[in-house]
Amino acid sequence: MKKLLLATALATLGTAAMAQDVVRLGTEGAYPPYNFINDAGEVAGFEREMGDELCKRAGLTCEWVTNAWDSIIPNLQSGNYDVIIAGMSITDEREEVIDFSQGYLPPTKSAYLAATADVDLKSGPVAAQTSTIQAGYIAEQGMTLLEYATPEETVAAVKNGEAVAVFADKDYLVPMAAESGGALVLLAEEVALGGGVGLGFRDSDDELRGKFDAAIKSMKCDGTLDAMIVKEEYFGAAAVTWGDAGKEGC
Amino acid sequence: MFSFCADPKAIEGLQWLSCYLTSGKHIDFYWSFLTVLSLVAITAPSAMAFGFAGATAARAQFLPARALGQVYISMVRGVPDIVFFLFFVIALDQGIEYPKSLMVCPDGAWPWQGLEFRVCPEAKVPLARSDAFWHDAYAFALAVFTFAIVFGAFAANVLYGAMQAVPRAQLETAEAYGMSPRQVFRRILVPQMWVYALPGLSNLWMILLKATPLLFLLGIEDIVYYARELGGSKTQAYEYPHPDWRLWYFLVLLCFYLLMTKLSEGVLGRLAARLSKGQATAAGEAMRKAAA
Repeated sequence: MKKLLLATALATLGTAAMAQDVVRLGTEGAYPPYNFINDAGEVAGFEREMGDELCKRAGLTCEWVTNAWDSIIPNLQSGNYDVIIAGMSITDEREEVIDFSQGYLPPTKSAYLAATADVDLKSGPVAAQTSTIQAGYIAEQGMTLLEYATPEETVAAVKNGEAVAVFADKDYLVPMAAESGGALVLLAEEVALGGGVGLGFRDSDDELRGKFDAAIKSMKCDGTLDAMIVKEEYFGAAAVTWGDAGKEGC
Repeated sequence: MFSFCADPKAIEGLQWLSCYLTSGKHIDFYWSFLTVLSLVAITAPSAMAFGFAGATAARAQFLPARALGQVYISMVRGVPDIVFFLFFVIALDQGIEYPKSLMVCPDGAWPWQGLEFRVCPEAKVPLARSDAFWHDAYAFALAVFTFAIVFGAFAANVLYGAMQAVPRAQLETAEAYGMSPRQVFRRILVPQMWVYALPGLSNLWMILLKATPLLFLLGIEDIVYYARELGGSKTQAYEYPHPDWRLWYFLVLLCFYLLMTKLSEGVLGRLAARLSKGQATAAGEAMRKAAA
C-alpha cells in the first residue's frame, strides 16, 4: 500500500513535470567549427547556434551535454541524452543502430592535411579519428590507418611526424592549415563522403525526431540555415549550402 | 575576470596571459583538481570497506561467504579496468533505473529493446529536467562506486594476504587466554595485520591517484581531460588562439602528481612507523632495540 501511494505520488509529480521536460543534446565539443568548448567553458560553434534555434522552433527546452566521441552512440542508446548533434555524417552503418533526422549540412568534402604537398599517402600512415567515415575510408583504400580518439590528436600526429597526413572534414582542417604559418598544407585531393550531416536519435524516438525534422525543414525554408552555414566564423562564404534544393516542398 | 579582458585578441603579453589563465574554462580546470581530490578522498575509504569485507568473507568458515569473497576478488581483478568502466557503469545505471521504472512507469514495459534501454522519462535517474549539478553528482557517485568495487577487490587481496601473514603463534596465544574466534579476530588479528598490508595498500593508493583519467570515460571532466583540451592548439575560432601547449599543461599535472606522491609518502612513512611499534616484525624489533 505504501509502495502504491509512493508510486502514485511520484507518477503525479512526473506528469506535472512532463510539460516542461528537457531534451538533452549530446555533442563532442572538440571539432570546431561544428562544435567546441569555448573559452568560457560552454559548448559553442555552428551546432550550438543551430541547435538552440531548432529547440526554439520546436518549442523544446534543451540542455547541452558533452560526451567522448568513442561512446557517443552507446550513451544515446542507454538514454544519457536524447539527441546526438556532433557533426555526425549519415551513413548506412550508423542507420542500422540509430535514426537520423534529415541532413542539416549537405555532404561535405573530406581532405588531407600534411606537412608538405608531395607526401606519399599510399605508404602512409594516415591519421583519422576513431569511428569516423574518414577512418573507414582510409581503411577501405588499403592505406595504413592510425586512429586517434580526438580530432586534435590526429593533427598533432602529423605535426610530430607520427603520420604523414590527417584525413578529416575539410572544414575542420582549413583553419588548421591557414594558421599553421605554412607548416601544414591541404592536399589538392578531396573526397566526398557520407550522406550529409544529421541529428542522431534512438530508433524508438520517432516523435522527437519528427519535431526536429520539422524545425530543420523550417530553417531550410526561410533560408536561416543557409545564412548560418555561410557565416564567417563557421563555414564561410564558399561553403556548400542547401540553396533551392532545401526549399523543395516548403 | 579583469576589465581589460573584454577583447582578448587586442591585448598582449602578461595581460593576455592573466586573462587567458582566468578564462571560464581555466576556472573549470582548477575546480577539476578538487573533483579528483574529492574522488580519491571518498573512494579510498569506500574501497577499504569493500576490501575488508571481501577479505573477511574470503577467509570465512561459512562456505557461501567464502565463495562469494573469492569470486569477487578474482573476477574483478581479472576484468580490464577500461572494460569495467565502460560497461559496468552503464549496467549499474540501468540497474538503478529498471526497478524505479517498475514503480513509476504506468505501462511497465520491458526496457531492454534491442540495443536500447528505454524507460519512461519519469524513471530516469536523475530526471532529464534536473539541474546539471544533479547529473554531475550522479555521474560522480557512480564513479566512486565503480572505483570502490574495482580497487576494493585489489585491497581485499592485499588484506587477505596480510591476515594470513600474522604469526600463528599470536593467535594461538590469544586462544590460550580463552578468547573466542570473534575476539581473536578483533583484538589480535586486525590490529596486527595492518603493518603487513601497508606496502600493498600504499601501492593501491598511488595507483588510484593516477587512475582518475578513467573518469572521462564516465563523462566526468577531470584534470587530464582539461589539460588535453586546454593544451590542444586553438585556432582563431577561440578567443585565445595558441599553438599546441599540451606539454606545459602536462608538466603542471606532472608536478601535481609528484607533489601528491611526496605528500603520500610522508604520511605513509609515518603510518608505517606507528603501525610497526611493538609488533613482532623486523621493523618492530628494530624500533624496540633503538629505544633500549
